[in-house]
Amino acid sequence: MIFASLFETAWHALVTHRMRSFLTMLGMMIGVAAVILMLAIGQGAQAMVRDSIESMGSNLFIIMSGATTAGGARVAGGMAPTLTFDDANAIRELDDIAAAAPVSPGSAQLIFGGINWSTSVFGTTPDYAVVRDWPMASGSFFSEADVRSGARVTVIGAVVARELFGDEDPIGKIIRIRQAPFEVIGVLASKGQSLDGRDQDDTVMVPISSAQQKIFSSSLRNRARMIMAQAVSEKRMDTAESAINELLRNRHRIGVGQEDDFTVRNLTAIAEAAASTTRIMSLLLGAIAAISLVVGGIGIMNIMLVSVTERTREIGIRMAIGARRRDVLWQFLIEALTLSLIGCAIGLLLGIGGAWLVERLAGLPVAVTPASVLMAVGVSFLIGVFFGFYPARRAAGLDPIEALRSQ
Amino acid sequence: MAQPGKPLIEVVNLEKDYPTGGGVFQALRGVSLSIAAGEFVAIMGASGSGKSTFMNLLGCLDRPTRGSYHLDGQDVSRLSSDQLAALRNREIGFVFQGFNLLPKLTALDNVALPLMYAGMGRMARRKQAQATLDRVGLGERSHHTPLQLSGGQQQRVAIARALASRPRIIFADEPTGNLDSETSRQVMDFFSQLNREEGITLVLVTHEADIAAYARRRIRFQDGRVVEDVAQVEAAA
Repeated sequence: MIFASLFETAWHALVTHRMRSFLTMLGMMIGVAAVILMLAIGQGAQAMVRDSIESMGSNLFIIMSGATTAGGARVAGGMAPTLTFDDANAIRELDDIAAAAPVSPGSAQLIFGGINWSTSVFGTTPDYAVVRDWPMASGSFFSEADVRSGARVTVIGAVVARELFGDEDPIGKIIRIRQAPFEVIGVLASKGQSLDGRDQDDTVMVPISSAQQKIFSSSLRNRARMIMAQAVSEKRMDTAESAINELLRNRHRIGVGQEDDFTVRNLTAIAEAAASTTRIMSLLLGAIAAISLVVGGIGIMNIMLVSVTERTREIGIRMAIGARRRDVLWQFLIEALTLSLIGCAIGLLLGIGGAWLVERLAGLPVAVTPASVLMAVGVSFLIGVFFGFYPARRAAGLDPIEALRSQ
Repeated sequence: MAQPGKPLIEVVNLEKDYPTGGGVFQALRGVSLSIAAGEFVAIMGASGSGKSTFMNLLGCLDRPTRGSYHLDGQDVSRLSSDQLAALRNREIGFVFQGFNLLPKLTALDNVALPLMYAGMGRMARRKQAQATLDRVGLGERSHHTPLQLSGGQQQRVAIARALASRPRIIFADEPTGNLDSETSRQVMDFFSQLNREEGITLVLVTHEADIAAYARRRIRFQDGRVVEDVAQVEAAA
């Protein structure tokens, strides 16, 4: 086979019909660019969700005060918390649970020197760092003793450290949280965005006892709005969930048929649902883009058919001087393939450029993966062969005498 | 090479039918003749006489409905279309009335085309194509495209293309039909010279008597049959 020559012939035909070649490739270019861009956006979203899930901690339950629904209507927040520190301790003692921390969330203004900063404040226990799998950037988390004594110590998130202290070392500094002075004893490592898009590093943590005495001045001592708990393993999530339910119903003396005054949520399952939603979205985006790729392929087939009709006489001449049917077949197949692969290459550049622009201008996370590039190239190749074959076979099947006679 | 005594072309009871709306049109109704290597034959006849059909068969562009065709002792009617293509490529050169050059290719690339299908490498075929163009006196126009050449020059490029793979037979279908009389004379002189000096077998289809006069044998077709087959003295150029 004389591929080099046939490629040269195909290339010559494409170059001498530049405009037509460009228009033929256009569909392919747009298709590939769309596939690359859509996959980049989809995979970027997936990567973001994955990061958020990883930053959340694993095998996580959140137990909230109050029922999700009461008599069919959703209960608003602000009700008195029904969970207690002792509930948290009891949950912690369960076989299936590795750690559990009561959490009292709120927000407050921080002041250091002349700078102030509003942020979320979590009153909790050292187990929180375990449950959330949250390492320290410097210093240390507060201890059980700090919780028992209501020590005025705090651990601050990376954003707070940056906003209040800049380049200074925050450890040992005193900041005011809603006027009460607290000593910074640790800085948390950065975790980035949470699933709901909040910046997890924009936070401070204090012993839950100190939070209730000094910051929230809550009248409901020893009560927590929520408890975060971690199961010992993924396999034991289900038994852990029923154990928590049973334990709390017993502790809160909730009879059969009565409504729970708490809600247990499997955060990991919720996160996985979010992940599969983004996966489906990503697939859908890719599928829609793939349709435009197929449309691009049909465009190539159309033009190749026109080209075969237009060049019938040329085909006749080539056959008369000794081109075999398969030489003609290959000539047109290579033309279609060259068109689709060049279209693909330009489409790749457009898609990657577009993804870059989306990231820069729209701030969406994108990820162009080698797999999506390979897939686009592979699909373009297949489309070139698939949609190039019919016109090429038509060319190869021409009768040389009739082809020579055509105008 | 043709075996001595054996004709290069031998057809026996050649028939060709074309299906038409109502039935069958018999383009050839039993043609038997042979052409020896080195002959210069003119095939004449009115349009519809079957001469073009005959030439398409001899040129291996088509297969007969009935009858046999042996080219150099080989039964052509049994060959596959790929084998026919290879035979056309190797043994046969075509010169057409309308030149049939590829308009987007240079003269050199046009002449090199049959060599490409013969599987020759790029450099080798360009070299051979250039040499062939030199032979027809167009060596200096090798990078012109057909549209930049005159009719006579285009036909010479077409002849060079027919000659490029050094075939043993050239079929020329009304080669001077689109040329003026002076250019026609030059083209025919060149054909005569090829035949005389290189022994290339020439089969010429024409309806012009003064063009046919260049050949040494004249075969006349009428209604799908040979009605005249005579030797003639070559016209003095």
